Amino acid sequence: MNYRRLLKGGLAAVTALAMAACSSGSPSGSSDSSSASGSSDAAAAAFKLGASGPTTGGAAVYGNAVKNAAEIAVEEINAKGGIQFELNFQDDAHDPEKADTAYGVLKDWGMQVSMLTVTSAPGQAVAPRYDEDNILAVTPSGSSLAVIYADTTNMTGAYGNVFQMCFTDPNQGTASADYLAAHKDLGDKIGILYKNDDNYSTGIYEKFVEEAAVKGLDIVYEGSFTSDSETDFTVQLSQAQEAGVNLLFLPIYYDPASLILTQANSMDYAPTFFGCDGMDGILSLEGFNAELAEGLYMLTPFSADATDEKTVNFVKKYQDKTGETPNQFAADAYDVVYALAQALEEAGATPDMSASDICDLLVPVFTSMTFDGITGEGMTWAETGEVSKSPTAVIIENGVYVGVE
Amino acid sequence: MKKNANVFSKLFDEKHRGRTVSFLIVICVYVLIELLQAAGSLSSLFKSLLVPACCYIVAALGLNMNVGISGELNLGQAGFMSVGAFTGICVSGLLAETIPNTVIRLIIAIIAGAIIAAVMGWLIGVPVLKLQGDYLAIVTLAFGQIIKSLITNLYFGFDENGLHMSFVNNNVKLAPGGKMLINGPIGATGTPRIATFTIGVCLVLASLVIIYNLIYSKSGRAIMSCRDNRIAAESIGIKVADIKMLAFIVSASLAGAAGALYGMNYSTLAANKFDFNTSILILVYVVLGGLGNMTGTIISTAVLLVLPEMLRGLQDYRMLIYAMVLIVIMLVSNNEALKTRFGKLTEGFRKKKGAQ
Repeated sequence: MNYRRLLKGGLAAVTALAMAACSSGSPSGSSDSSSASGSSDAAAAAFKLGASGPTTGGAAVYGNAVKNAAEIAVEEINAKGGIQFELNFQDDAHDPEKADTAYGVLKDWGMQVSMLTVTSAPGQAVAPRYDEDNILAVTPSGSSLAVIYADTTNMTGAYGNVFQMCFTDPNQGTASADYLAAHKDLGDKIGILYKNDDNYSTGIYEKFVEEAAVKGLDIVYEGSFTSDSETDFTVQLSQAQEAGVNLLFLPIYYDPASLILTQANSMDYAPTFFGCDGMDGILSLEGFNAELAEGLYMLTPFSADATDEKTVNFVKKYQDKTGETPNQFAADAYDVVYALAQALEEAGATPDMSASDICDLLVPVFTSMTFDGITGEGMTWAETGEVSKSPTAVIIENGVYVGVE
Repeated sequence: MKKNANVFSKLFDEKHRGRTVSFLIVICVYVLIELLQAAGSLSSLFKSLLVPACCYIVAALGLNMNVGISGELNLGQAGFMSVGAFTGICVSGLLAETIPNTVIRLIIAIIAGAIIAAVMGWLIGVPVLKLQGDYLAIVTLAFGQIIKSLITNLYFGFDENGLHMSFVNNNVKLAPGGKMLINGPIGATGTPRIATFTIGVCLVLASLVIIYNLIYSKSGRAIMSCRDNRIAAESIGIKVADIKMLAFIVSASLAGAAGALYGMNYSTLAANKFDFNTSILILVYVVLGGLGNMTGTIISTAVLLVLPEMLRGLQDYRMLIYAMVLIVIMLVSNNEALKTRFGKLTEGFRKKKGAQ
């Protein structure tokens, strides 16, 4: 009986401690330590950079990648002198409701510029709030069109102060179809396997099919799966095999893709696999035999094996910090912070300005400037907030990405 | 004067005390928050929690009607919220031009959400409530999953030619100026955010009126008698299936109304928000507040909704602490020693009041 009482007492004590801790670190406090970006010395005259993303839950891998990369970029920029940032990264668990409250936290904190959200659905929920309050936001990886358009049916009502660092989903679909049309030697009988309860995957799929019809691509098989059934693909793969598919288009994230590659290998089915930017990260996936990814094509803006100075520097720092190879989410986040720094510098904004004034200053700069980052050279932004950069195709050879024409 | 005193004492007698306290709490909190808002001292974080709090409170009150009063386990409350939410979004979207007044449109959307959810509840209840045992739990669990899959694959839009709908594949081609209301896995986007805290509080008060009136009525006593002893209830001529159906439909329609309000509070809503976890979350609110205890449900929902936000300062540990707080509350609220101590306290308070 005694140990029970002890346990209860202990739990109660821990809770009391937690409550005490939370009341001292409550979000309404002006600038609490949750920003954790080593910028305490520079906080005096720093721009308050807000961000939210999933650091818990199923999509945590993306949120953490963005958080780590943004912290690296902020440290680098702060070390240079000049523009200073103070980062506050809030957890939204990939849930629009939590993202909305996270926005409240950031606003109470006094956010001046923002990285919006990491994932699309929360981004769609908070983008109108950024629009209402006139705060500039650049999302690293919220690729849905609804992040930048209020009305996606007619593609009107662009917010104008929300920008994207990644390609939009439809763009990737079109670009993939165009690439396959120009490279018919990869495969003439195309199969598609997509995740039909996922925003990203269906977004690419719809545009791909549309563009494929225009370009005269021969789609012989379309299969789908959902998050409840993403562990076994043998049915879809054998259907694709029967249909004679020799090029399988996978507009999905690397987790299910790794299973598809493994299961296709075990049934001796070897079409050419072709993925989009969500495929990036497959080589560093734990428990996956990277040899299976040999010969996999993908369209991605970032390759961790690039040899230019910026990428090498970033990859090294990221590996030192986390022990992992950065994926394109991390790279996009790194670029967002640098793009914001460049825009703030060009616009001549100062940290004592209000968020709305900074936004008014930055929007014209953002739509006119050219930015060179690790996910592309010479990037520009349209007034709608869409980025223009060219997706490059890579193939995995001997465990590294090799650029192909 | 004497009549007034009678009314007052009736409000606080053994039977009606719970009701009076529930109403007082909701109204006092509302007044307090409105005052704070007028004074401008309400943080953005707190403001963003107000409407969802109302939604979850209404859904939890409905679930408590089902689980606490009628004694049937329901694991699909989020499914009914989902039905209500997407019905509400569609109705509000279709009426946007006919009824420019947002308050009226919101109320119509909430009523529509409640009605459709009630119809769904009736459909499920017809076969299941005739059975004895845990079948409602199993069927509502499946219902939640089915609704999630259905709406994830539903494409629904309108233009000047009328409504367009397709299933699984997006074949909806709208004329210029049309609008997609539900866009498959992307869900509803670009919904005008017309939900307000005042309407939310009105909805909470309305559901309290409905629930308490039902509990204190003849049907309410019949519902509780079916819960306590089905055989005895049948023996005195109560139609158990019908009476349980009444409680279940009230529960479902309140969830539908809550969902409609929720849908109108966010510019985007996807069906996978209302998954099994959300159902369980609402059940946790109910269990923590006490089965059949409406005041407790309101308080526990509000506390459990605000708690994770207050713990944000602890970063990655907050969900761990949240879980520990839940366990501690469960242990403490079931601790006999503490209960009697608390009981003595309130007893002393009551005696004092009686002496006055």
